[in-house]
Amino acid sequence: MEGAELAGKILSTWLTLVICLILLPSAFGVSLGISEMYMKLLVKTLEWATIRIEKGVSKESVLKNSASVGIIQRDESPMEKGLSGLRGRDFELSDVFYFSKKGLEAIVEDEVTQRFSSEELVSWNLLTRTNVNFHYISLRLTMVWVLGVIVRYCVLLPLSLKNWLSELVHLTCCRICVRALSGTIHYHNKQYRPQKGGICVANHTSPIDVLILTTDGCYAMVGQVHGGLMGIIQRAMVKACPHVWFERSEMKDRHLVTKRLKEHIADKKKLPILIFPEGTCINNTSVMMFKKGSFEIGGTIHPVAIKYNPQFGDAFWNSSKYNMVSYLLRMMTSWAIVCDVWYMPPMTREEGEDAVQFANRVKSAIAVQGGLTELPWDGGLKRAKVKDTFKEEQQKNYSKMIVGNGSL
Amino acid sequence: MRGVRRAPGIAGAGSRGPVSQASLLRLYHRFRALDRNKKGYLSRMDLQQIGALAVNPLGERIIDSFFPDGNLRLDFPGFVRVLAHFRPIDDEDPGIRDPKEPEPLNSRMNKLRFAFQLYDLDRDGKISRHEMLQVLRLMVGVQVTEEQLESIADRTVQEADEDGDGAVSFLEFTKSLEKMDIEQKMSIRILK
Repeated sequence: MEGAELAGKILSTWLTLVICLILLPSAFGVSLGISEMYMKLLVKTLEWATIRIEKGVSKESVLKNSASVGIIQRDESPMEKGLSGLRGRDFELSDVFYFSKKGLEAIVEDEVTQRFSSEELVSWNLLTRTNVNFHYISLRLTMVWVLGVIVRYCVLLPLSLKNWLSELVHLTCCRICVRALSGTIHYHNKQYRPQKGGICVANHTSPIDVLILTTDGCYAMVGQVHGGLMGIIQRAMVKACPHVWFERSEMKDRHLVTKRLKEHIADKKKLPILIFPEGTCINNTSVMMFKKGSFEIGGTIHPVAIKYNPQFGDAFWNSSKYNMVSYLLRMMTSWAIVCDVWYMPPMTREEGEDAVQFANRVKSAIAVQGGLTELPWDGGLKRAKVKDTFKEEQQKNYSKMIVGNGSL
Repeated sequence: MRGVRRAPGIAGAGSRGPVSQASLLRLYHRFRALDRNKKGYLSRMDLQQIGALAVNPLGERIIDSFFPDGNLRLDFPGFVRVLAHFRPIDDEDPGIRDPKEPEPLNSRMNKLRFAFQLYDLDRDGKISRHEMLQVLRLMVGVQVTEEQLESIADRTVQEADEDGDGAVSFLEFTKSLEKMDIEQKMSIRILK
């Protein structure tokens, strides 16, 4: 009996502690400075652990780590040099060598497939690594998360109250969730925060992006309806803020989507729309091609760059590898999530600029701000085959060489 | 990695095999990464989804070289066998090689044979004018007219053809390229 009493006491003290230290400050947006101390401690521990790990690392993991950083010696010279050409030289039987070598180099290693595996790091999260799953579950964090879920549901559901109340609750819940994830977020340039009636555009790494952005303001979201756990959460969120949800098949009908979005932003009272134009989660080292759809709607675009600090936890969600629940669990149990959010000055489409150029301009701005590399590849390459326009470009270059100056 | 060393073609010529141990490991991880559905083998689709390969004008021909004789599955030994053609020649010390053993896959002759097969669509050992036209068409797309392409193909076949049969055999092919530095053009160096 004593044991049970003791356990009961511990539980209740812990619960009160949690409430005081986490819930109340969240509701008031006040930070107790505990997170900062926690972060500093974490950094020190990680550095120490990294040194230890690097000393005792085995040959195989070294191999795995370096394998991702470019394993072949590449000759990046353009086609003209590779074909040992002066311009307008004739076709040679040996031209095929150049293409076959480039082709096989791509088979051995290519940029895109690398982008979609999580960035491999030498220093580590004190747990396991390189695409091997975690086994350690932190009890404390799980408990906090459970509490967060309970509070979220108990507060969100009876939501037929006024708008300001719902906004407050929304923000509180987001903050709780972020604390549950032990997240530390730095917001920069808050003066550029998206206003009502605009469109907010950001690069995408994980569903947590949404959480991070909504912690600092309310947005309406455009997205597809998910089944399962996400669906329940989505429906709960709809009651808090008006969102625009689509079925995945509806998303294919671009005109329908554009029309509904135009209606939404025309209404100045409605919240700014949050869109992730890459279309899919990228592993946060680069920014892929922005789909032009979001940029055709018109209106003001408020770009936002989100960059996670990879030392503290891998936020990337590989949707083909993990489902939502296991991903969330991983996020909950990683030590911390640190990220930077930069709000950027609004951009509008200029005269004579088409949607694609505008999209590229916004993409470059976000990439520069967040310190990410830019890739022209389509994020949809992860799922679909590449467009033929790129191949045509290569063919064009080659034809110019062998036919170009009319030397036949 | 079970069974990889024992698989035919990997053990290859002598004890050294077509690629070094470390490179083999890297290629194995690459093979696994390309095999998205974890089938244990690669299909044409898996290779077609490599972006840089899909935009390569000869992408389909290169993929064909991995799937000879109508095969639909590419296992790891097969994968390595093709890639071994591109191993740099100087890794091999010709003095030590046992002349009775089969030629290593990355010899000059075998590199040329690989290139030859990119042209030889029906694998009959000869590049006909028609096959030359088709491969040229792959490389230039729609940018060049039929007449221009035909004259290029005619000229190339005539220059290489020695016995006048209107097609380029493997020997004629090697002869026309005897001055070419194959080593540099058809080697991929894997960093240590």
